[in-house]
Amino acid sequence: MTTISRTDTSVLGRWWWTVDRWALAAIAAIAFVGVIMILAASPAVAQRLHLDGFYFVRRQFALLLPALALMIGVSLLNPIQVRRLAVLGLGIGVGFLVLTFFHGVEIKGARRWISLGSFSLQPSEFVKPCFAVVSAWMLAEQKKGEGVPGNLISAALFLMLASLLLLQPDLGMAVVVSAIWFAQLFLAGLPIFWVVALVILGVGGIGGAYLMLPHVASRIDRFLDKSAGDSFQVSRSLEAFRNGGLWGRGPGEGMVKDVIPDVHADFIFAVAGEEYGLFVCLLIVGLFAFVVVRGLLRLRSDSNLFVILASTGLLVQFGLQAFINMASSLHLMPTKGMTLPFISYGGSSLLALALGVGMMLSLTRRRVGQGAGS
Amino acid sequence: MTTLTAFRPRVPPPVAPPPSRAVRLEGAAKQVIESSRGRLTLAAGVFAIAFAVVGMRLVDLALSKPAHDAREIELPRANDSAGYAADRADIVDRTGALVATSVPTASLYADPRDILDPHEAVAKLQTVLPDIKGENLEARLSAEGRSFVWIKRNLTPRQQYEINRLGIPGFYFQREDKRIYPHGALMAHVVGFADVDGKGLGGVEQAIESKIKGSQTAVELSIDLRLQHIVRQELQAAISEFSAIGGGGLIMDVRTGELLAMVSLPDFDPNAPGSAPADNRFNRNTLGLYEMGSTFKTFAIAMALDAGTATMRSSYDAREPIKISRFAINDDHAQKRWLTVPEVFKHSSNIGAAKIALEVGAEGQKAFMRKLGMLDPVQLELPELGKPKYPRDWRPINVMTISFGHGLSVTPIHLASGVATVVNGGILHPPTLIKRKEGEPIPGRQVLKTSTSDNMRRLMRLVVEDGTGKKSEAPGYWIGGKTGTAEKVSRGGYKKSARLSSFVAAFPIHDPRYAIVIMVDEPKGTKKTYGFATGGWVAAPVVQRVVQRMGPLVGLPPVDETPEIRRLLSVDSQPQPKEKSVAAR
Repeated sequence: MTTISRTDTSVLGRWWWTVDRWALAAIAAIAFVGVIMILAASPAVAQRLHLDGFYFVRRQFALLLPALALMIGVSLLNPIQVRRLAVLGLGIGVGFLVLTFFHGVEIKGARRWISLGSFSLQPSEFVKPCFAVVSAWMLAEQKKGEGVPGNLISAALFLMLASLLLLQPDLGMAVVVSAIWFAQLFLAGLPIFWVVALVILGVGGIGGAYLMLPHVASRIDRFLDKSAGDSFQVSRSLEAFRNGGLWGRGPGEGMVKDVIPDVHADFIFAVAGEEYGLFVCLLIVGLFAFVVVRGLLRLRSDSNLFVILASTGLLVQFGLQAFINMASSLHLMPTKGMTLPFISYGGSSLLALALGVGMMLSLTRRRVGQGAGS
Repeated sequence: MTTLTAFRPRVPPPVAPPPSRAVRLEGAAKQVIESSRGRLTLAAGVFAIAFAVVGMRLVDLALSKPAHDAREIELPRANDSAGYAADRADIVDRTGALVATSVPTASLYADPRDILDPHEAVAKLQTVLPDIKGENLEARLSAEGRSFVWIKRNLTPRQQYEINRLGIPGFYFQREDKRIYPHGALMAHVVGFADVDGKGLGGVEQAIESKIKGSQTAVELSIDLRLQHIVRQELQAAISEFSAIGGGGLIMDVRTGELLAMVSLPDFDPNAPGSAPADNRFNRNTLGLYEMGSTFKTFAIAMALDAGTATMRSSYDAREPIKISRFAINDDHAQKRWLTVPEVFKHSSNIGAAKIALEVGAEGQKAFMRKLGMLDPVQLELPELGKPKYPRDWRPINVMTISFGHGLSVTPIHLASGVATVVNGGILHPPTLIKRKEGEPIPGRQVLKTSTSDNMRRLMRLVVEDGTGKKSEAPGYWIGGKTGTAEKVSRGGYKKSARLSSFVAAFPIHDPRYAIVIMVDEPKGTKKTYGFATGGWVAAPVVQRVVQRMGPLVGLPPVDETPEIRRLLSVDSQPQPKEKSVAAR
């Protein structure tokens, strides 16, 4: 590898010396683990679906390089370009989101997908990071006091998005988007009274979902009462972690991938636990924790409110998604289909995460001076 | 691509801006940024805790014991018969030939939790076990919450090998004993059978379960497989010849009460007891209750001789049928004259037997029958034991009918035991299916006078030499016997066409070793027998052939008559007519 000189002032040279290389390395490591896990988990699923064994592997690998290119490309942008990209992305994303209600492909009881030739696209995945950036922009604008009703616009965007997601219905996404927005409001100096009020509202919202959405109710019931009905996937998943033990049963020796239907997406963590054991799992958790916690702590030294809010939103999305996926596999919470970033199979998820992380890397690049956001 | 200008930091204004609204607000933004630092720390802390919880949960799960570790598959061990302890003892015949044994086999079961694809697994399995019911098994394998499903018990080693080779996860083998009956149907009613779980469900297997289960000491039966085979073959031939519905055959050692052969036909293969009709499991010899007919005259005369109411020289008026209320007792082979006791027996005179019995009376007859074991179930090592049926109110009419074998239902075992007692000197040895140990005292009690037994042997020889049982004669073997042809009871009366033809015999009759009972159920006469299907035509020839075949085997080859034999068998039949009333007493 050619070394890049400190004095290199080319685009890549500047990028290399300003980007958060530790975060980049952690993301690369997660993506590498993802490659191995897709190889481990997806052939079993493909065979069960009477597809070619490497069907999912090929599809995922085909998107991996474009995704990395997207991530790095986006991270080359400056904050203003990121903002523009986010506005554009949010507009298109919401457009597609609305389109799902008319031309969506219904999969397992929800309309979340738009069919684009051989690929189907999940607009909500792309909407999340874009929303985080746009919302951060608006909240930062409000604080600037230049007459932009940022808070209002942000709230309106949030309510629209949350409603659209609940209508699909996609409670998981709605929860993530809510968490993003809430974290941003929190950091934007929301008074503690409102923080508490919103927490209560959030809890009330989940309670409402429990009462209004039967599949949510059954998920939660099954989580709370192990004996009630089908907890097949979760009990198999827990068995996988137990069978894996400290060192795992070895690559390819797992059984859980053969019994859980969407193991290459929602339960890929269980495959890791069974075949590679506790230490690899802890490594994965550690990588995610490293990216999120370090990212958040690093933002403390930043002085651009837009950057702080947008990055926080993106990190919260990234971290929350990882947490929900792993916690579901470990029966720490009701099962919620959510991808493990850069590890689970899923084209939309991969590209959208690349977009989000790219934005985050771009925003957290070291900038000289403070003016980028103004 | 982006332009580098975008990255150029904005140059701060060279002069300090005048204090304005914007500056105040910028101060507000700064304040927000200041406060956000603490809140960022808090958010980072929340995430750190969340990921730490995930990590702890991982550690907790990884260190907990696996619910089911598929790595510890129990491999079936090599079947080392030397060190192998079966769960049921072997059963052997009196010569040591194996009758029932347990062989270790592999039984196939599944743990549905480990089955990846029930449909595929079943489809593969059917290539080795084509008789598996696919849909049924698939349903059972797909059922959630089950961890154990039997698929097939007692596989052959080849099947086990083939299934192993399929390599289907979730299929396991369990070592199980399979009960094997090498002789199949031959010993069916004696040994019975054990179910797939090794529990006796019939015959000796059930009756002495406690001695067989968990024991390593072989159970020795009294049966001699060679004799068993002879009886079964000859009986089967007679059943076929006379289109009978079944039959029974017994050989008993008259000196010990041991049963050397016990055949009930039709029978079944204890290796697959379900493959024959359930009726075939019915043991005619021990569970079947029959009115035995004229063979019972043996006991009527033995009773009278023993009681002293008749002697060998007593004679009875058999000129007219006995009419009692609405019944009439006739003779089948009517001589229409006065008959001595030997003649009554030889010609099987119902009238004579009835009159002989009447002299003993109801009380005496009942006591005699009880003494001979005819009124109680036989104590035998079988669960299938019939309880004799006899009149509660034992009236003269019963005395007369019972004298020629009607009105009292017993099993063929009763008959064999009674005959053995009559010929062996009058000692009743309880019948048994278990070989008596050498040197141990043989249980028995004297129920008849020795002299009675001596005379009864002479009478039985007479039947074969010059009576209804001539067709059983096997020269040199010295068979003695008595025929019996009973009309079977059907609804409300006796059926002429449905008969039980039997023959009881003992040989060599001058010094009896073996008692034989052959009974053929509902034989039909043939052209060869001129349409007759009586005991003399149907059962007696079976006895003849059985004796001819078994004699040499048991060390009793045919012998010429010796003065000793002549003395033992000579009948002093000088008639001494008695003028006795036969009116009912």
